[in-house]
Amino acid sequence: MSENTMLSVRDLRASYGAIAALHGVSVEVAEGELVALLGANGAGKSTTLKSICGVLRPVNGTVTFMGEEIANKTPESILRKGISLVPEGREIFTSLTVAENLRLGAFASYKKARYEADLEEMFGLFPILKERLHQPGGLLSGGEQQMLAIARSLMSHPKLLMLDEPSLGLSPTMTDQIFELIGDLHKRGTTILLVEQNAERALEIADRVYLLKTGNIEFAGTPQQMESEVDIAAVYFGGEDAGESCEVVS
Amino acid sequence: MTGEFFINTLSLGSLYALMALGLVFVYGILKLVNFAYGEYIMIAGYTMFVLGTYTGVPWYFTMLLAVVAAAFTSYMTEIVAFRPVRTKSMSAMLVTSFAVSMLLQNMVLLVVSPRARAVPLPALFNESVVVFGVTTPLRNILTIVTAVVLLVGLSLLMKYTVLGIAMRAAADKFTTTRLMGVPANLVISVAFIISGTLAGVVSIFWVSRSASVDPLIGFAPLLIAFIATVIGGMNSLTGAVVGGFVYGLLFNALSIMLPASMLNFRDAFMFVIVILFLLFRPEGLIRGNYTEERVG
Repeated sequence: MSENTMLSVRDLRASYGAIAALHGVSVEVAEGELVALLGANGAGKSTTLKSICGVLRPVNGTVTFMGEEIANKTPESILRKGISLVPEGREIFTSLTVAENLRLGAFASYKKARYEADLEEMFGLFPILKERLHQPGGLLSGGEQQMLAIARSLMSHPKLLMLDEPSLGLSPTMTDQIFELIGDLHKRGTTILLVEQNAERALEIADRVYLLKTGNIEFAGTPQQMESEVDIAAVYFGGEDAGESCEVVS
Repeated sequence: MTGEFFINTLSLGSLYALMALGLVFVYGILKLVNFAYGEYIMIAGYTMFVLGTYTGVPWYFTMLLAVVAAAFTSYMTEIVAFRPVRTKSMSAMLVTSFAVSMLLQNMVLLVVSPRARAVPLPALFNESVVVFGVTTPLRNILTIVTAVVLLVGLSLLMKYTVLGIAMRAAADKFTTTRLMGVPANLVISVAFIISGTLAGVVSIFWVSRSASVDPLIGFAPLLIAFIATVIGGMNSLTGAVVGGFVYGLLFNALSIMLPASMLNFRDAFMFVIVILFLLFRPEGLIRGNYTEERVG
């Protein structure tokens, strides 16, 4: 473990009933890094994030965050330690207004003195949120909801921001915007753990990459190493065998 | 006649709305129909009986303590009975709520008596007043005023406080609310305390109708609350309130319209209406926009 390691996941095992989803996953994120966790559907990416933030209780393994073991803590206490998850599918509170969604984001770390300034900062990053401040979250478009979800997470001043499939279901233009934003956040010093289906885009902005396959880490390294050593298309289509059937379909 | 019907319906509807609201507060968060809800009403009733009969505590203080007792009982049942089984399954929660209901009923059966006990009420409750040319028991007016004050207070709480926002969020997406740093225990405890407080207030007016309390007194309000939420919609607080008033209206309308020989079957007619709702509008009058996530 290097000196500035922020998050260290060791030998994480998780299962849904009898079905094991993670068979000993180890991931490290250093302070200021942008780490991407890639893999096909069902590889265990979301399960890894959910285990880190306490939504799932891992069967085995350790999760160490800033030197503290957090594997068996509740989601609310893990957030208070500084890990915030932007969940898959955005999970906006649809009946709450944009303002109320943002206020809840700041629930744990609310300080009256800085709240207005924090809001202004979010409006700087996402001007659309200011326009829609008093509308219910459910009325926002998919891309706007994703922005709201990210802003909501940022309101808690996380030390580590985890994003689960932020580009899922978004238009190409919106995907560009979201990735540009993630890159900007990274440049400003935010530590990010990013789960993505869109490997190509994730590789462009990531410092390091982990590749998950059926609950195991298949590859770990820099984006350049990954591009030269791994057949990315094969990974996403489930290996050579599945690749053939894909050809038939197309 | 019209004026009397109007005030009676408004009074009965207010009471039913409060009953339904108390049940839905917990349902909204935990998706649990708490069958012990009626027993909080009973506990408040016995508190009034004991304090009013054996002590010289002034009536307004007695009523306040009755509400506190109901809220406290509700909170304690959450901590002792529901919290340990919360992560297990919905069925476990449901069975637990039956068990809590039985335990509280039998406790009172053993400690007090299976027979009804007279609850001393202030003379104020039996006085009549003239409102808009209609002579009506002051109790009816008090019910309406109390309901209005509570409904306005609760809406302000839900709309303008962080706790209220968190409660609404938790009813929408429970796990995501925890990811915002909102403690699950806090939200659930508050839901039970609000539910118990409403049960206590309901108890004051429910018990005052017969001026007595017995171990099974909580059953009818529980049933009314349940039916009102079926009519109004289980998934929103507004639905519960609307359901309560609609139930009160239907009940009073049936009382007037049914011939005397049929009046005994009034409840049967009520259930026919409920069945029609379940068949043709199972989500209730107010749909609400909460997803059906459960607490795991």
